[in-house]
Amino acid sequence: MHARVESVTRVYPGRGGHPPVNALGPIDLDLYKGEFLSIVGPSGCGKSTLLELLAGLAEPTEGRIEFEGREVRGRVPEGVGVVFQEDSSFPWLTVWDNVAFGLENEGIDSAEIKRRADFAVGFMGLADFAKSYPAQLSGGMRQRVCIARTLVLQPRLILLDEPFASLDQQTRLLMGDELLRLWRETGATILLITHALDEAAMLSDRVAAMSARPGRLLEIIFTGWPGDRDSRIVEEARFGTVTARLWTILREESMKAMGRTESKGPA
Amino acid sequence: MTRYGWVRLGIVGGAGVILEILCRASVIPRLIMIPPSEMLVSAWQILFSGEIKNDLYFSLVNIALAIALSVAGGFLTGLAIYSVPLLRATLEPFLTSYSSVPPIVFYPMLIVIFGLNRIPQIAIAVMFGLVPMAMNTINGLYRIRPVFLKVGRAHRVSPLASVFRIKLPAAAPYLFTGVTLAVSYSVIGVISTEFILSASGIGHQISFAYDNYDNRAMYGLVVLLLAVSMLLNSTLRYYSQRMLRRWAR
Repeated sequence: MHARVESVTRVYPGRGGHPPVNALGPIDLDLYKGEFLSIVGPSGCGKSTLLELLAGLAEPTEGRIEFEGREVRGRVPEGVGVVFQEDSSFPWLTVWDNVAFGLENEGIDSAEIKRRADFAVGFMGLADFAKSYPAQLSGGMRQRVCIARTLVLQPRLILLDEPFASLDQQTRLLMGDELLRLWRETGATILLITHALDEAAMLSDRVAAMSARPGRLLEIIFTGWPGDRDSRIVEEARFGTVTARLWTILREESMKAMGRTESKGPA
Repeated sequence: MTRYGWVRLGIVGGAGVILEILCRASVIPRLIMIPPSEMLVSAWQILFSGEIKNDLYFSLVNIALAIALSVAGGFLTGLAIYSVPLLRATLEPFLTSYSSVPPIVFYPMLIVIFGLNRIPQIAIAVMFGLVPMAMNTINGLYRIRPVFLKVGRAHRVSPLASVFRIKLPAAAPYLFTGVTLAVSYSVIGVISTEFILSASGIGHQISFAYDNYDNRAMYGLVVLLLAVSMLLNSTLRYYSQRMLRRWAR
């Protein structure tokens, strides 16, 4: 087991006379070493909260989270990398300096920093833009900078919070391929939060579907894809089956999240 | 120079030519204004004759000290107000309403306390310059995108390192605006107090020339002062625009 979520809940205290908000759980989830797991669910179901808890960026109200056998609480453990939904590249640093940002904090010597940053920049196809500033790049390239900045730390668990949400569909498919390549070559465990069912179905070994708030696990689907898959998997008949299954699970939950209930069909 | 730069130069140059013609044709009497060409010659002569060397030095030192104190004091004040919730809750309303108070009204009181020397002048200039710097520091720190701070935490950056590696660079555009305002207000503060009551300084010399109907000297000094202000401003503008170009998304 690489990471474990045990009976975790997250309740946001009420403010200004408002009652507390039960955002998540209780939830139990195991992540296996080297797997690619996606989490899908309706808006506001607590997907990102779960990622922040796993990353150690927030603390659970109840329950326990472990990474490699040690409890995660209030601090991001060594070996965990996080990529956020928003473009988080630092505009005051060049692409190369953005990528090397985390290494300069780890007390690594400059030759090793250069080697690893050069590798990560090249791996993400940014070598020609190493001296550019994020403002000079497209949204997809900026997100690649953020992935490279995480990759350079050689994390064993990579947590991605809707990293392609702001990209167009074609770029998302290609970024998905990049992510699969990164996953295969690094051997890291990946947890991807996404609202896109097709993205989850295409990329993952397993897809966990969550209920409307407070988010609980409804079902985990095994996709059964081979390890060397890429975005052409969308041509497979089974891809449609997996996506349809996810939608069947989530349709009612999504309606709940929108404040609607299932209407009866014509008599 | 950019196209807009040429247009700006054209406007200033055109205004200069119009004033030159109006002055030469005596439409504007010499008692009110001398031709701009004579102002430039006068400025040149004053600068290189060495007659105002001491005054220029006095003003520039005052301005430099006022800028340093305004920027450093404003930054530390802003940082303290941002960091300490109690200070934030109690002092922020004072700062926002401060702009309606003209600090110059405190000048006579400061002269009584410190005497007729540079201290009251620098103090007034700092009173002008410190608050905009503090306000921009607070504004810049408030507006740091939360995701940048999350990245810092995700990379296990210590709180102190986060200040230097994330918070200050992220707030830099606002800090730069604060510095620009602090510089401008420091110049205004120093020169205006020299005008009112002072024994030396460029402001004092302009006031002295005015009182003695010496328009040639007065306008020459005004041109020199404008040149110093414009040099300071355009240097800051150059660096701030270079930085903002990187930030533009």
